[in-house]
Amino acid sequence: MHPSAPAAAPPPDHPHPQPASPRDLFVSFTWLALQGFGGVLAIVQREMVEKKKWLTPDQFLEDWAVAQVMPGPNVINLALMIGDRYFGLRGAIAAVAGMLTVPLFVILALAVLYAHYAANPQVAAALRGMGAVSGGLIAATGIKLIPQLRKHPLGFATCLGFVALVFAAIALLKIPLGWVLLAVGGVACVWTWKKISP
Amino acid sequence: MTIAMQWHDWLALFGQYLLLSLLSISGAITTVPDMHRYLVAQHGWLTEAQFTSSVAIAQAAPGPNVLFVALMGWNVGLNAGGGIGAGPVAWLLGFFGLMVTMVGIMLPSTTLTYFATRWGHRNRTRREVRAFKQGMAPVVVGLLIATGWVLAGGNQSPGVPAWHLWLLSGVAALVVWRTRIHLLWLLGCGAALGAVGFV
Repeated sequence: MHPSAPAAAPPPDHPHPQPASPRDLFVSFTWLALQGFGGVLAIVQREMVEKKKWLTPDQFLEDWAVAQVMPGPNVINLALMIGDRYFGLRGAIAAVAGMLTVPLFVILALAVLYAHYAANPQVAAALRGMGAVSGGLIAATGIKLIPQLRKHPLGFATCLGFVALVFAAIALLKIPLGWVLLAVGGVACVWTWKKISP
Repeated sequence: MTIAMQWHDWLALFGQYLLLSLLSISGAITTVPDMHRYLVAQHGWLTEAQFTSSVAIAQAAPGPNVLFVALMGWNVGLNAGGGIGAGPVAWLLGFFGLMVTMVGIMLPSTTLTYFATRWGHRNRTRREVRAFKQGMAPVVVGLLIATGWVLAGGNQSPGVPAWHLWLLSGVAALVVWRTRIHLLWLLGCGAALGAVGFV
């Protein structure tokens, strides 16, 4: 097991659970992807952090930050990083393949079915209901990570200020993500750089 | 709809998705406007309805949202083969199109992420790597809450008061935060409430 940063390393007397094999990664990520209606992120947090405990909440937060700023689908990047951490390239491929293969066939089946039921208003309404729930799920994923910020070098209050700033910029002012990451993320990183000891 | 695709058209499509892959910071969904410009407006390889339904189905289906890219390739292939009713040749071309767009959108970004995160891991004790990872933490929390907010209010029905949708999202967030109930139950409740006309 390689923790992604010294700060996030679990104490050595608490070995934390790991995937058994690349096959375990493939099956776990397939199951995870199939539960993720309208996005997989909330499920990743529930399965990887809370149930299987392959990631600590700190590691999840750090990995997610990296997955977010790299190009490509965030949850795919996250799966790649988790797979690579335990089994190198084989693990990375197993995790990403698990995330994509079975859901790909499901979505093709849905696309063929869709032609028949597209006009049914109840189907559209049920999808709307699921969309609203998945919005709640993702927001809760963020809320659950707030306690992790208590140990942050910038202090809890400053962190909450950054959370509020990003929320307002994206959700209320609808500023493009790239600018928010560059401006707010840049300030947060430079400030943290000054605070942590060299 | 039927279109003619030459080998250099497929190559151009592949090249376009390789390029978009590197531009898809924070997710493939941010490149949708450019895909629309390329596939619908510039080349006419997809109809407007095929394009929007590809995105909508992927949002509603299980799995990563990036699979909308697969449906776009699938539809381009079907169109090149004479439509879904044209039989096995069209289906094969659909599958070929799907591979062209999916491999195109995945290959550059996953390769870059793979090597960049390995580099970051080897250099994890460096001050700037730690500052980056820890500094981004509050930003990520804010982004997650904002994404939930945008999804919650994004899809209002004309006939139903908006607060119904917000209430459903809010209750879902509260339940996920405070309990360990399986998320599929919540999604099922959302679907049922939608089907009976609450949202």
